Amino acid sequence: MNLLNTPVVPIQEEPAVRVPEAMKPRPARHPERWVAAIAILVALGFLGKAFFFSPNIKWDQVPHYLTRTTILQGLGLTLILSVVSQTLGCSLGAVLAVMRLSPNPVFRTVSWSYIWFFRGTPLLLQIIFWFNMALIFPHIGTMETNTIINPLVAAILALSLNEASYMAEIVRAGIVSVDAGQLEAGASIGLTRGKTMRKIILPQAMRAIIPPSGNQFIGMLKNTSLVSVIAVRELMTSASNIYATNYLVIELLIVAAIWYLLITALATMGQFYVERHFSQGDRTRNLTPIQQLTRLARAARPGSERASHYWKDQA
Amino acid sequence: MTPIVEVQQVWKRYGSNIVLRGVSFRVEPGEVVCLLGPSGSGKSTILRCLNNLERIDAGSIRVNDELVGVVEHQSQLRLMTDAQASRQRRDVGMVFQNFNLFPHMTAIENVALGPIQVLGIPKSKAREDAAKSLTQVGLAGREAIYPRQLSGGQQQRVAIARALAMHPKLLLFDEPTSALDPELVGEVLTVMRNLAQTGMTMLVVTHEIGFARDVADRVVFIDHGVVVEEGPPGEVLDHPVTERARQFLAQVRTETKES
Repeated sequence: MNLLNTPVVPIQEEPAVRVPEAMKPRPARHPERWVAAIAILVALGFLGKAFFFSPNIKWDQVPHYLTRTTILQGLGLTLILSVVSQTLGCSLGAVLAVMRLSPNPVFRTVSWSYIWFFRGTPLLLQIIFWFNMALIFPHIGTMETNTIINPLVAAILALSLNEASYMAEIVRAGIVSVDAGQLEAGASIGLTRGKTMRKIILPQAMRAIIPPSGNQFIGMLKNTSLVSVIAVRELMTSASNIYATNYLVIELLIVAAIWYLLITALATMGQFYVERHFSQGDRTRNLTPIQQLTRLARAARPGSERASHYWKDQA
Repeated sequence: MTPIVEVQQVWKRYGSNIVLRGVSFRVEPGEVVCLLGPSGSGKSTILRCLNNLERIDAGSIRVNDELVGVVEHQSQLRLMTDAQASRQRRDVGMVFQNFNLFPHMTAIENVALGPIQVLGIPKSKAREDAAKSLTQVGLAGREAIYPRQLSGGQQQRVAIARALAMHPKLLLFDEPTSALDPELVGEVLTVMRNLAQTGMTMLVVTHEIGFARDVADRVVFIDHGVVVEEGPPGEVLDHPVTERARQFLAQVRTETKES
């Protein structure tokens, strides 16, 4: 049965046409940009020189401490804390967001109260609170509370439960940004609310959820330094422990900064690919760096027409 | 024969705005019924109520001899749970004015989603069927294309294929051609016309008087939330009895040259 009367014609290649030679306008001139760039470079040069050639910073110590076992162990712990807490925080946050938007008043109230509580108290307070659970409940079952909630567990609990409250609002924002018609279309083919959420709404909401989540992860990376108060020796604590004994304060701060920046760079790259994955079917989908390079190379070949948008996925 | 749709004295208000004021009509199996009326008359609202996308305030709607959105429980009405409502919507397909395709899925994934997720048909079989549905609406070879790469008319045809894939007993069309460029209206109407010939029960809200005349078995004219006139298209469109229907038709005729 064919519901369209017209015969199905295969999509035809366009016949060869003589296209006039492409117009190749040169870029507009912007002398003020050059002036500004040079001024900034000069200023940065002076600043950099003062910093890098300062007699008060022992630069030779930096590479030495960069790969110190204590620092690397601290780095490992920072990574574990961040990744585990962010993962738990995202999952719980997604559940809270869906509950917040549910027609079920019990879910809505629970979610609202949770977010109010965990967003409303300082993270530092929550870290110390979980660490001191034993003061309220000395035993959990037959076990001692302090053997179950050791400093690392307390840190993960505090970080992930706190993170969930922020992620809940981010996920909720993503969900409400999806057109209401999508929900109706899902319902009209007989999908339940839950399935509509998972198959239709959340995949589209991801596009709005990922950029702020990247922010959250990078924030998390640095918030882990707060757990130093409960004697968890992550990167920042390790660095400060060392400078407390040898007074190389600035040198060790530089070491810590280098590692934080490196992880942040990696996280930013990861975010790019996750974003790309969830922009399927979208015109503004970004190209991977490799695709950008090949496209640039192709455009730069003599005789080729330069596309005006190298960086967008042209279908 | 029990009607497939039985709407009785339906009232619906949004705040102080009363949209439906006691609408009643029926659709028999295999019938094609067009709902006509000026904008704001409540024709889209009644269609959305039929699929439980809106809840009615008074009256009753039966689809397939089953109350829509509520269950009778010891002579009391109780709202359906999510699962019950979803079960009921399986048998009723809907085509929206703005297509509402899932933009993150290809054409074939859009069509196969319902059969896979709701009917539990194995993926490979569902995709096979979906490819057939797409061929039916003239979109063979476009299976792997995302909605935004399709024209409006093509998107609406995918939406029709998506609704058909659930093998509904009733198809609702909510102004399916209103968002289309004029030259794309024809291809969607052709698909609907041929669908009507297969015996599909269709309830169509439309401004396409020509389509109503050619395809509809019956035309229901709605104004200010009530059914003003109904009957075969030849009668209602050419010899309207009420002044309101006459005015509306005259206006539509002057604005769009009837095809």
